[in-house]
Amino acid sequence: MEPINWHSVFFLVFALLACGFAVAVLLTSNIVRMAFYLVLSLAATSGLFFLAGADFVGAMQVMIYVGGTLVLLIFGVMLTAQGPFISMKTSAGEWTLGIMVGGLLLAVLLQAATSIDAWQPAAVIEGDSRPTATRLGMGLLGARVDKLDEVDPVQRGGMSGYLLPFEIVSVHLLVVLVGSAYLARPKKRVQNSSWEGLK
Amino acid sequence: MNLLTDPVGITHYLIVGAILFVTGAVCMATKRNALGVLMGIELVLNGANVNFVAFGSEYLRPGVLGIGLDGQLIALFVIILAAAEAAVALAIVLNFYNNHSTVDVDRADELKG
Repeated sequence: MEPINWHSVFFLVFALLACGFAVAVLLTSNIVRMAFYLVLSLAATSGLFFLAGADFVGAMQVMIYVGGTLVLLIFGVMLTAQGPFISMKTSAGEWTLGIMVGGLLLAVLLQAATSIDAWQPAAVIEGDSRPTATRLGMGLLGARVDKLDEVDPVQRGGMSGYLLPFEIVSVHLLVVLVGSAYLARPKKRVQNSSWEGLK
Repeated sequence: MNLLTDPVGITHYLIVGAILFVTGAVCMATKRNALGVLMGIELVLNGANVNFVAFGSEYLRPGVLGIGLDGQLIALFVIILAAAEAAVALAIVLNFYNNHSTVDVDRADELKG
């Protein structure tokens, strides 16, 4: 009997958790339960990231996605979950159509994923894991330290870092912050009469 | 093939990403609650992220030059943009709820001709 590959075992556990809770998000009609299942699915996905060697992305997944985005969504759920909006049933016709189209899409994607030989598992994964945070940070600052010893000039063309997208994203976040605060501002205007009273 | 003893390849990650993507897409199509549609979008983005990280991983395909660190960098950008998108969409949903007292996306049909 072959020795158990613990990487594969943990992959199986996290993959089943992620896919199972994603399907649970789809199947439940209670919005509060959907939010809870989504938290668990995203957290399990961060485990998949760790297993693929992407430690920084996995940590960011937990911090930004689970800690930030989902808290935001749950706030939205709490603000709007009243009476009939907690559990909104979908009609059977929409279910049939959605499942049919989704099943076809899944069949195409699975066919594409399993048909390439180069993507099949090749060998037992070995090698020491190196943390990626420094390399990612240098890449965001515009220096690709992971491609410095690249001899192929074509591949070296990809050595440009991500400084410009980084700046664009930072300005984008500022715009989003201002824009969403403006959109969600309270609508009640100060009454004119109260202004009159101040005069 | 035995899942407990064989090594994991990119194919496995692609299958997980495909399932997450399809559940998110069906979620977007079938949910009537606007926040449910938002959760579907999060699932779709997450499925794409799984694919990016798998192709960028140096452990799943030993010796093969994949997209390297680019995959993880793109995944980071996707996470950031998903956060921004969720904030704006949530503000829009709250506005819709304040104006129409409902979060049913089927009721947002004022522009229908």
